[in-house]
Amino acid sequence: MLTFTLRRLLTAIPTLLVISFVIFGLLELAPGDPLADQPLTVPPEVREKMRVALGLDQPFYIRYVLWLKQFFWIEPLYTIDSLFGTSFAEGEQRIVSWQFRAPVFDVIWQRLPQTMWVVGMAYLVGVLIALPIGIVSAYRQYSWFDQVGTFVSMIGFSVPTFFTGVLMIVIFAVNLGWFPSIYDTTLRVTDWESFKRQVAQMVMPVAVLALFNASQISRFMRASMLDNLNQDYVRTARAKGMTEPVVVLTHVLRNSMIPVVTVIALGVPTIFGGAIITEQVFKVNGLGQLLITAIYANDLPMVQTLTFIFAVLIVLFNLIADILYGLLDPRIRYD
Amino acid sequence: MPDGATSVLDVRDLKTVFRTRSGEVHAVNSVSFHLRPGELLGVVGESGSGKSVTMMSLLGLLPSPPAEVREGQVMFEGKNLLRCTEDHLRSVRGARIGFVFQDPMTSLNPVFTVGFQLREPLMKHMGLSKSAAQKRAAELLDLVGIPDARRRLGDFPHQFSGGMRQRVMIAIALACDPKVLIADEPTTALDVTIQAQILELVRDLRQKLGMAIVWITHDLGVIAGIADRVMVMYGGQVAEQAPVKDLFANPQHPYTRALLRTIPHVTGARAEKLNVIEGQPPILYRHPEACPFAARCPQAFDRCLRQNPPRIPVAAAGHDVACFWDFATGAPRDV
Repeated sequence: MLTFTLRRLLTAIPTLLVISFVIFGLLELAPGDPLADQPLTVPPEVREKMRVALGLDQPFYIRYVLWLKQFFWIEPLYTIDSLFGTSFAEGEQRIVSWQFRAPVFDVIWQRLPQTMWVVGMAYLVGVLIALPIGIVSAYRQYSWFDQVGTFVSMIGFSVPTFFTGVLMIVIFAVNLGWFPSIYDTTLRVTDWESFKRQVAQMVMPVAVLALFNASQISRFMRASMLDNLNQDYVRTARAKGMTEPVVVLTHVLRNSMIPVVTVIALGVPTIFGGAIITEQVFKVNGLGQLLITAIYANDLPMVQTLTFIFAVLIVLFNLIADILYGLLDPRIRYD
Repeated sequence: MPDGATSVLDVRDLKTVFRTRSGEVHAVNSVSFHLRPGELLGVVGESGSGKSVTMMSLLGLLPSPPAEVREGQVMFEGKNLLRCTEDHLRSVRGARIGFVFQDPMTSLNPVFTVGFQLREPLMKHMGLSKSAAQKRAAELLDLVGIPDARRRLGDFPHQFSGGMRQRVMIAIALACDPKVLIADEPTTALDVTIQAQILELVRDLRQKLGMAIVWITHDLGVIAGIADRVMVMYGGQVAEQAPVKDLFANPQHPYTRALLRTIPHVTGARAEKLNVIEGQPPILYRHPEACPFAARCPQAFDRCLRQNPPRIPVAAAGHDVACFWDFATGAPRDV
């Protein structure tokens, strides 16, 4: 297992290099000018100086290699410095966002908590409701519960979040006034009152995203349970006199979780990607919103870095899914 | 005929129906039989004759819906298993009545160790601690002839060969010293040499442990080798029932005779074609009013189409047949 993991990590390096190059190349080919927002009164020679200041006078490949160096060498050094108070980085140039004039990683660290709280919580809630629903739906296939569950998950899966989000705002924020419609990032949880306000502003975005996640995962769980419920070993377990909870929650569930855990693990990187649309609807200034504004502003270092981080996470969680698969299913061997 | 006092298992008028989209399928029609202590009852018949369904009905192992055990009485240790509580049924399954299924490749749970699957019934029915169950599990594996039993308890089913897995299944079925072992085509999925080994094992275990066995099979050769008494099933009914010697020496039912003719002979000239029984076994959408074998029977006459023959005792003790034709006189029976 260890050698498998190491081998996979090693093969991830060329994969990620290719991905980073493709992202960089695509952004290079994309139309748009980072200085387009500047007033037309700025004279051309000043404009040219600004381009030089941003490093845009350098050829494509030099900027790419510089970015690689900053991402893989200088930024980790800064992280170590800030963690241990060392000074390895020695004031080297960091990746700087063109729109914020601040290091990209500082901005990401500011945005990460909102995304983790809202999108991460929604994923967790989604998984926690999806698993029991999937199990019961499969065990009582075609029952009243299953019909309702299947219907709701079809709705949740097919109605886009920008619709359910706005609908919830209209009902619960505008008409009922139970929850705020805008997520307030400046809110600090210090006491019970502020905690309640934090929960209140999280309820709607979490509910919208959790419904979407739960619909997907509960369908997987249901299908996987159904696959296993008719297996011969289930009959064997019953013939041994095991009770139904043991048969279903030990024998069937353990087998059914194998594909579902993979799906759940592969879904984790999407949390970091933030929920671009839902974050917009509820004005959560998380990573998804950051990416969108960076694209609008032609903030290439930000887009490049964020996109590449997503790619790293996807590669990483693919590996984690494979490892989990091997841990859950004894028939899979990696050496 | 059945004698409640001396039989461990006494089944009367068992009827099982499957509810399907195209109507009800009567899979078991008024089957009655009994099992004496320590006896090996062979059950034969072609696919779809209701052998397995009969045995699964006894212990409520059929999925319901679609299956429904509609009528009958299954007396075991003074209780009717069709009318008792689910809890009592579970305390019988795996403890007092053991089950071995056809396909050892799929009958064991792939994600649990063989030790875990063996310990389960021991801990549930005999109240053993985990370590005591582990010890007993090793003894059981040893009993069914798996070498290095203690170490192999930690192995998963896929690390065993087919024959070894069937030995494990037998060990699980025998874990709690059952009074009755029901073996549903336990050697059908195995090749001939492994089949011979399993037969030898069962013969041996029967002598050591003294339980009664119901052995379901297609293979009359196997029956001749191990059974004390034989029950031939057709169309969800008992066609003929007799002590094994009597059945082979003096078959009374045209179906039994036809089955015996299909066995290829090892001596003499090789036959041009294998003997077959022409036609297909019936799918019964109603409770049969006529003899279900009539359509394929060379002896059928008008009464066979009007009336379903009851089980008629014949000359030898313990031999009965559900047929109106008497081969001894070459004329219809006078009943």
